[in-house]
Amino acid sequence: MSLSPSKLLLNSALVVAAAGTLYSCKPKSAEAAAGGDAAKAYVAPGKYDEFYNVVSGGFNGQMAIYGLPSGRLFKIIPVFSQFPENGYGYSEETKPMLNTSHGYVPWDDLHHIALSTTDGQHDGRWAFGNANNTPRIARINLSTFRTEEILEIPNSAGNHSSPFITENTEYVVAGTRFSVPLEDGNTDVPISTYKDNFKGTVSFIGIDQQTGHMGIDFQLELPGVNFDLARAGKGKSKDWFFFSCYNSEKANTLLEVNASAKDKDFIMAVNWKKAQEYARAGKGKKVAVKYAHNILSEKNHTATSTIEKEVLVLNVKDFPDMVYFMPCPKSPHGCDTDPSGEYIIGSGKLAAVIPVFSFDKIQKAIAEKNYDGDYDGIPVLKYEAVLHGEVQKPGLGPLHTEFDGKGNAYTSMFVSSEIVKWDIKTLKVLDRVPTYYSIGHLSVPGGPTKKPWGKYVVAYNKITKDRYLPTGPELTQSAQLYDISGDKMKLVLDFPTTGEPHYAESIPADILMPKSKKIYKIEENEHPYAAKGEGQTKVERKGKEVHVWMTAIRSHLTPDNIEGVKLGDDVYFHVTNLEQDWDVPHGFAIKGANNAELLIMPGETQTLKWTPDRTGVFPFYCTDFCSALHQEMQGYIRVSPAGSNVALSYGTGKTNTAAAAPKGDSTAKP
Amino acid sequence: MKKIIYFATVAGLALSLNACNNESTEAKTSESAPSGLSVGQSAVQDDESQKDVVKVAAGSADHSTLVAAVKQAGLVDALSNAGPFTVFAPTNAAFDKLPAGTVEGLMKEDKKADLQDILQYHVYVGIIKQELMQDGMTLGQVNGGNITISNKDGKIMINNSTTIVASIPASNGIIHVIDGVLLPPAK
Repeated sequence: MSLSPSKLLLNSALVVAAAGTLYSCKPKSAEAAAGGDAAKAYVAPGKYDEFYNVVSGGFNGQMAIYGLPSGRLFKIIPVFSQFPENGYGYSEETKPMLNTSHGYVPWDDLHHIALSTTDGQHDGRWAFGNANNTPRIARINLSTFRTEEILEIPNSAGNHSSPFITENTEYVVAGTRFSVPLEDGNTDVPISTYKDNFKGTVSFIGIDQQTGHMGIDFQLELPGVNFDLARAGKGKSKDWFFFSCYNSEKANTLLEVNASAKDKDFIMAVNWKKAQEYARAGKGKKVAVKYAHNILSEKNHTATSTIEKEVLVLNVKDFPDMVYFMPCPKSPHGCDTDPSGEYIIGSGKLAAVIPVFSFDKIQKAIAEKNYDGDYDGIPVLKYEAVLHGEVQKPGLGPLHTEFDGKGNAYTSMFVSSEIVKWDIKTLKVLDRVPTYYSIGHLSVPGGPTKKPWGKYVVAYNKITKDRYLPTGPELTQSAQLYDISGDKMKLVLDFPTTGEPHYAESIPADILMPKSKKIYKIEENEHPYAAKGEGQTKVERKGKEVHVWMTAIRSHLTPDNIEGVKLGDDVYFHVTNLEQDWDVPHGFAIKGANNAELLIMPGETQTLKWTPDRTGVFPFYCTDFCSALHQEMQGYIRVSPAGSNVALSYGTGKTNTAAAAPKGDSTAKP
Repeated sequence: MKKIIYFATVAGLALSLNACNNESTEAKTSESAPSGLSVGQSAVQDDESQKDVVKVAAGSADHSTLVAAVKQAGLVDALSNAGPFTVFAPTNAAFDKLPAGTVEGLMKEDKKADLQDILQYHVYVGIIKQELMQDGMTLGQVNGGNITISNKDGKIMINNSTTIVASIPASNGIIHVIDGVLLPPAK
């Protein structure tokens, strides 16, 4: 039979009618199979969810807070992206949060969440998130649900292997996906010199246990591979950190092909205690770099950005007993440690098995120097010597593994679109359920901790196709909730998510609810432009700057009539919300503003800069429906020509109509 | 390329004309999906998008044996995924070259694992076009085995035994039509 392409294709057309019936119609059984046990996700009106689900937003640069099991969305926390909805990244106070060594970077790609732990268990203090694109780590306060700190990572590019934490949140790690020429050397090199000039780094960011403040304690300089994901050890392995690495081929082009050439890449095991000892002992070298460190103060509601100029680097070559490589099949992606700390699971996304490594065996192999050569001078432990075993035929495209604390592991399978439950000790597959469709990360409440809360596993899917009402070419992203309390996993709920969810964690509501902040105390407000009462409101000119100390309280803004601003001025509205009542934010917006609005929480001061582009009278108003007289909460500002002699005047409640009213406002004195 | 477009157009028309007229066949398809559960991405109704590797293969008269095998092995949904896949697709004639009874044997329910192993040996995750195939290149296939590619003056062979007859792009990968069945080396 002739097999020319044309013949083949012609035949194709003839038989396609028969084939069409196989794929063009959804079977009736689909609904039954894909339908969930909705009752388990039902949280009655007025009742609370069991868990806070903190979900990364991927390319929206945000985190989102959902409830489990309902899947209800409660809050979006802007982290690395501007958020016009509340002024984050637009207000004068929050702009410094997005400062970097590259200047102002208003967007990023947030992939992974790490909730702080004490003794390997959730403590509800902070959530950490990574910026993938312009490498940064953020810390979110879990009582205010605000981004409090952002630290840029030098010598990094594609900050993907981040943020993962040690058992007591001593360190948050940040590993670079892209190896790059390091900043203190010659960075203007041909890309083809990758193998010689490109290095990988992993940064250990120390966490101040009181304030949560981050600082790069030391950086490990490593071979030029791609670091993908990581997990700290737990219990007996708590002094160790494990990182998945791919592209051990050190390809610099068409990685789709060239980074898949070798049968095995690596899981890197780092004895971070030892690295810490070296760093403390003054080993390593301080190198010149440049990175931004941004901190939001809760006292003055204002962020400051500092450019740091130095980092301590330990070149792993010089410290041979600190880092080891373990061979791991086919471009490992996920790298997860079980609750006991004994098992480390590497998920080679192209591998036909899931290898499970044993911490005890790793220690033994290191003690016996049971090496299979070295990679760039770093010992490679023998695969068989460190292997607990392999899960055979787990499914296609294993990515990530979470745990339920009952000896079971749950692995997401991208290619075969399923979650596979297996026994960590026996390596037997126990159950599998389909996901709709193409699962990436998955999350069990407390899944990465020493004591998982269990109960559910949530799938974060990459493709939703026909799962929701279609909305044109771009469809909603989604999560799916499964009940894992029994032997068999059961689909309970589909819920849409904002952005693209990557990793997520869930924490019991009991831990966070009692500490959730309700108001900022006005007497503790140290903002330099705070008006802590209407008597402190004023308008002052400083050259071309006009500063407005404004207050907002139900249901007026003070001052609400302002004159004497001239074209060419920059007007700063410093708005203090005088309310001391939970859930009564005020908003502030002015016509023609080229930035955003402000949302000001009770007791807080925030500043919007406004540069009028024409003369006239411009309205401003409260944007957050605050009271029955919210629609009355408004004001005007008059802008006169540059050479005008209209005097600065302001007030609320005045009834005189003079164009040049006297300075000050008698009604504003309490 | 023109022919491919023609193929796609006719296929699309045929699909729309024949939609939803064979419930029993559909049910059978769904039963063979991975995990023994009903349906996955292969059931998504979409006549606008470019066809994925499964749909392209299903549209080829010369691949009815392969398509039947993919269904029996429960790989329809996996191969309807985002991929990207390189599928080495033996023709019916290629299967006919196997010893008599081989295919029939593999299609039995108790040989499903063997069938999966063989079919997964024909799939690589990643898109390898012919122009990327270098002499001596090995590719790690989905079943865990490697295939070796030889390229002598533009004549490409897989495992020194099989030739690429045609290459057809699909939405989630590429199909290389091959004239022999690749048998995984014993493990």
